[in-house]
Amino acid sequence: MTSPAAGTLAATVGTPAVNFVIFAVFIVVTLVIAVSAAAQSRSTTDYYAGGRAFTGWQNGIATGGDYLSAASFLGIAGIIALAGYDGFLYSVGFLVGWLLVLLLVAGPLRNTGRYTMADVLDLRLKAVPVRAAAAVSTLTVSLFYLVAQMAGAGALVSLLLGVSGSAAQDITVAVVGLLMIFCVLVGGMKGTTWVQIVKATILAAAAAVTTIWVLARAGFNLSTLLHHAAASSPAGAAVLGPGLEYGVNTVSKFDFISLALALVLGTAGLPHVLMRLYTVPNAQEARRSVVWTIWMVGLFYLCTLVLGFGAMWLVGGKQILAAPGGGDSAVPLLAFKLGGTLLLGIVAAVAFATILAVVAGLTITASASFAHDVYADVLRRGDADPGDEVRVARITAVVIGTVAVIGGIFAKDIDVAFLVGLAFAVAASANLPSILYSLFWPRFTARGALWSIYGGLVSSVGLIIFSPVVSGQASPVGGASSSLISDPHVNFAFFPLDNPGLVSIPLAFFLGWLGTVTDRHPADSARFARMQVRALTGVGAERGGRS
Amino acid sequence: MALTQPGRGSISGTVSTQSGRGSVSGYEVVWASRDFRTLRRRFGSFSLPACVLFFTWYFLFVITAVFAPGFMRIGVFGDVNVGLCFGVLQFASTFAIAVGYHRCARRRLDPLSGRLRQRLEAGRKH
Repeated sequence: MTSPAAGTLAATVGTPAVNFVIFAVFIVVTLVIAVSAAAQSRSTTDYYAGGRAFTGWQNGIATGGDYLSAASFLGIAGIIALAGYDGFLYSVGFLVGWLLVLLLVAGPLRNTGRYTMADVLDLRLKAVPVRAAAAVSTLTVSLFYLVAQMAGAGALVSLLLGVSGSAAQDITVAVVGLLMIFCVLVGGMKGTTWVQIVKATILAAAAAVTTIWVLARAGFNLSTLLHHAAASSPAGAAVLGPGLEYGVNTVSKFDFISLALALVLGTAGLPHVLMRLYTVPNAQEARRSVVWTIWMVGLFYLCTLVLGFGAMWLVGGKQILAAPGGGDSAVPLLAFKLGGTLLLGIVAAVAFATILAVVAGLTITASASFAHDVYADVLRRGDADPGDEVRVARITAVVIGTVAVIGGIFAKDIDVAFLVGLAFAVAASANLPSILYSLFWPRFTARGALWSIYGGLVSSVGLIIFSPVVSGQASPVGGASSSLISDPHVNFAFFPLDNPGLVSIPLAFFLGWLGTVTDRHPADSARFARMQVRALTGVGAERGGRS
Repeated sequence: MALTQPGRGSISGTVSTQSGRGSVSGYEVVWASRDFRTLRRRFGSFSLPACVLFFTWYFLFVITAVFAPGFMRIGVFGDVNVGLCFGVLQFASTFAIAVGYHRCARRRLDPLSGRLRQRLEAGRKH
């Protein structure tokens, strides 16, 4: 959005100079952390898993930092500010999905893998094509998520630094990408984790302060806050109940159910979340870290509820929609209204740091998957020199970062929370079925894994391509987004839902089952026994504990 | 997705694992042992019902929000309605299940899995 109105608004929101200084401080801190972590990074385990030396609570907070992306901080609060209650539905799904990670995945995954999700499938099925498939889906999900983050970065920076105009926004996206590539290259997983911890702490503090501030304006009475918010919205009291965004018609209702399924099942299939479980010494710490993450993420989303309704009340939907980035600018605008230039600068810098940190986490996940799964195992047949592997990981980080920058430039006008919802759908379809089947289904075979991973990947991405997201019509989400192909004459959207989860997730589970039961090679029961013994007892798991 | 018994594997066909970490048949012996079956049952008896519970509870919330928005709009106190309370209860139940599982795992799973791990690791040294 680069209308003249948006340009003048950007110029009036805070002082670009102040914002710039705060941004610069954050960037310098990030780089210092990365460089100092680099000094202690030597081995492959250091690069991929931070030496497995993080404690449960450290990793829990870092995982929260990885998870609470710009989509959470800016996106959800923005949707609440514009559409009210329906935004809250997002945050519930984002939180509840963590239970699946805790109850079924965290401990067994930590016990049976080394660096990537594919390690687990490989231990169970010992098939190079399965590892390759897992790497392909890891890379796809990471790229989807990365593009979402980069799109958010562009909108945010243009709002805060008074940068308007397409070229300037593209340049900022590119700079964000370069900074994070540098951070991952020198700091590896250890540097990335510390960046996440610092960012998560500041993010939680900023959210808490702003939330208390909003509540104080409403006399610490939630009902009063809701009352004011409803009164200042054109939709009136309707914003306090569901339906404004998803209740429009039957298609949008099913679209929401599809999204809800993707959110609750997607978290346990997100490669950058799963990879964080390897940075702790054992399964007990992995479990503890997920409990920490659940507390942090849950309390944070309760804050975004207050922030969203606060922005609806104090800023107003009209001003939010007019700002560059639309809904994503609700929280920065709210901060400006409450605490002036300084609070705006801080909140904006936190949001910016959030994007940087999540981009770093995704980049390292994608690069680990390529170097460890594709290069070392598929191309070199498990015969790669560890030094070469890390070198390949670093080169991949540069390539991935570059692709994300280009993708982010193309996707900058799309709602961030919405893009992340799509990434969750792909993760739940392509990754989750084969992880659960390998851990718990004795008969599961390599053929089933391939059918499930590729079937989930192709169906979810394919349905997105043929959905209204890519062509055909304006999406109902936030009122701000439209199809990727904006030409109304181009329409190949035969799939009515924006989110493919409702079809692609059950399909991937079904294909995993079908591929297995029609497989003439029976499952290796000895392998399953070993897998389950290792998953539940932790024998043979690589431990850490150095600090 | 049950924690059921795999088909009878050939114990004679001992395959050594990567980097010589014991042999698969050793794992099968542990797998069939009573302690491991207890561990598996305890793991399943918390995790599976808890998964079914939170999944059902979450979709009850989603379906109600989508198909019965009127119910969600019923006021509870002031401007706080059923929908908001229902949502906040989802948060509360998530925290409760997480803490409950963490406690159960520490009390009922960890001692047993630690014992099995030690036994396997001791067996490997010979």
